Amino acid sequence: MSVTSPRRSPGSGGAWGRLSIAGKQIVWAWAFLALPVAFFAIVRFYPTLEAFYLSLTDWDLLSEPRLVGFDNYRKLFADPVFWQVFRNTFAYLIFGTPIAIVLSFVIAYYLDRVTFLHGTIRALYFLPYLTTAAAMAWVWRWFYQPPPIGVINGLLGAAGISAQPFLRSVDQALPAIMLTAIWAHLGFQIIIFMAGLRAIPASYYEAARIDGLGEGAILARITIPLLKPTTVFLVVFSSIGFLRIFDQVYNMTSNDPGGPLNSTKPLVLMIYQTAFSSYQMGYAAAQTVVLFAILFSISMAQLWILRNR
Amino acid sequence: MSFAKVARRSFLASVMAFGIFGVGAGRAQAVEIQYWQYVFDTRVQAMTELIKQFEAANPDITVKQVTFPYADYQTRLIAAKAAGRGPEVMQLFYGWLDTFIAGKLVQPLPKAVFKDAEIERDFFPIVSAMKRGGQYYGLPTAVRCMALFYNKDLFQKAGLDPDKPPQTLDELVAAAKAIVKRDAAGNFQQVGMALDIARQDHNWWREILLRQYGGESYSADGAKVAYDTEAGSRSLAFYTGLQKVHHVGQEGFMDEGQAAFRSGLAGMVVDGTFRIASYKTIQGFKWGVAELPTQDGRKANFGSYFANAIGASATGEKLAAAEKFLAFISSEKAMNVWLEKVGELPARRAVALTEANIKDPIYGPFIRGLDYASTPPMVDEAAQRQVSIDMINAVLLKDTPIKEALSAAAAREQAILDKFKAR
Repeated sequence: MSVTSPRRSPGSGGAWGRLSIAGKQIVWAWAFLALPVAFFAIVRFYPTLEAFYLSLTDWDLLSEPRLVGFDNYRKLFADPVFWQVFRNTFAYLIFGTPIAIVLSFVIAYYLDRVTFLHGTIRALYFLPYLTTAAAMAWVWRWFYQPPPIGVINGLLGAAGISAQPFLRSVDQALPAIMLTAIWAHLGFQIIIFMAGLRAIPASYYEAARIDGLGEGAILARITIPLLKPTTVFLVVFSSIGFLRIFDQVYNMTSNDPGGPLNSTKPLVLMIYQTAFSSYQMGYAAAQTVVLFAILFSISMAQLWILRNR
Repeated sequence: MSFAKVARRSFLASVMAFGIFGVGAGRAQAVEIQYWQYVFDTRVQAMTELIKQFEAANPDITVKQVTFPYADYQTRLIAAKAAGRGPEVMQLFYGWLDTFIAGKLVQPLPKAVFKDAEIERDFFPIVSAMKRGGQYYGLPTAVRCMALFYNKDLFQKAGLDPDKPPQTLDELVAAAKAIVKRDAAGNFQQVGMALDIARQDHNWWREILLRQYGGESYSADGAKVAYDTEAGSRSLAFYTGLQKVHHVGQEGFMDEGQAAFRSGLAGMVVDGTFRIASYKTIQGFKWGVAELPTQDGRKANFGSYFANAIGASATGEKLAAAEKFLAFISSEKAMNVWLEKVGELPARRAVALTEANIKDPIYGPFIRGLDYASTPPMVDEAAQRQVSIDMINAVLLKDTPIKEALSAAAAREQAILDKFKAR
């Protein structure tokens, strides 16, 4: 590309001609980067900033937005439904993430040692991850039905246990949905954990065995500490997943989205309903800003943990 | 225009683009108007047929039908308005009218073409729910009301007369008790009454049971919630008692009430005219329709409808075409097509109240119910429905005392009404 520049007349190509090759490469690099940067700025960053502005207005799609200060936030923090939804969101996070991580680690740890049908078993665990969340949610919705059609209640009945309401219960609905979310992402987490396990050099284990360490000690002193980057990644990934949970909840309780008496409603579903059922765009934007703050602080915590190690 | 505003508009325009693509082509000299409704197979087919007839009679007008899934429909209309490209004629639920007028989505019907006196003479009185400040904003093709669907085979098996459906609420409970079947563990195998709060039962409670127990849902001007009364408690106790006291049904049985009835596992279900077409495909058993059972001799019914209105943006020759089209789809001819294809009741008395219709074993009970049906004003149908759903769930799932649940619901719904009024 630089071949053409010496032939240019001094008047038109002066600035370009004076650039070194490294300088020209930088200009070219930015020229190519400009498109994705502009795209991200318009599609990602601008709407994000706009959401902050909208959260201070009463925009309802139909009339021009009017600035109302922090009214939306005051209303939000005084709304009992918001606090219920807040508790639900953190229930998904606080119970879902540890269960998912421990379960996937245990499965990965033992699956790693299985050689018989290893590939098939791994594929079976990974299969749910490939399926559309909405389709899975509907299958689970039918599993959870009351008798005579619910599969789980059918099994419970065969075992002599009385039928459970599951999705029609204010206490059981959230755990029932959480379970399907854990199940859906298990395969992905197992694969990542197994990759982490395989990355630990076999020589460490050999050395430990020569030194006479037991399996428990090897697990506690070698495997788990060396898996920390993998674990941190999965914890953060899974946390963000649970904080953004929507598909499962919406599809499993679509008769009354968010479950009976909002018992399963997460923040994202509340935002969706505020924006697209009630058309209170300003209020929905305020909820989005709160969700953003939560996700942001959790991501910052992740960086802090990584830096600390 | 500020950048923010332009950006918002173009965002909305691109949201709309999916619905608009492919609509541009048409005969060059013809006026083209758009008709929007939500997706419901029989309704779309009926409208396609009506458009064909209309275009044959008006070769200078082309009508494009654009449809959206029900869950998106209102959003699409509002987004289209914000983007400045709404339809010329649209279908809207009567309960959305206040929102749509406030948002300038619709314009009043011109009195020269649609005369008040003629509307009031020819249509069922529930059409008045489309009137604001002396102006009609839309006309329905069809109206809907409720009735009791019952499974004749299950009646017979339970030793009941399949030609004598329950006439009172007491008889309903007795029949339901005779039909219920449970397994050894006490789980329902078959319910007497299919319960479905989110679909139609909230209407059955608020607009029918409440009135039959002597109450009212709202004050006459629609500004105040009026059900936090003795009648409110008694009607709510009756409804929740079907599950809690009489154990004749269970919310969530077979996932949905209509599914329970269709599968032949429910003796009865309260549902609307719009369900007729679907139930007509039932092969496994015989079913019948009855007027809603009464209490203390009081009859009540809930009439509702989707009306057709003219979009606020229509002007000039498009407005003239829209008026013509609206007049056609509100005509007697169109109503007969709608009745035949969709199974919904004609909105004009002369078309509905024919000898054949009144005697019809399926349409008859609905048409008789239409005569005393009420159509309460609603400001935010979805939010108000949610209040009723939550109230019933509180009683069923949390054992909240009836009066407490009722008062909480009344306060919540009043806040919705007040907020709307303040706007």
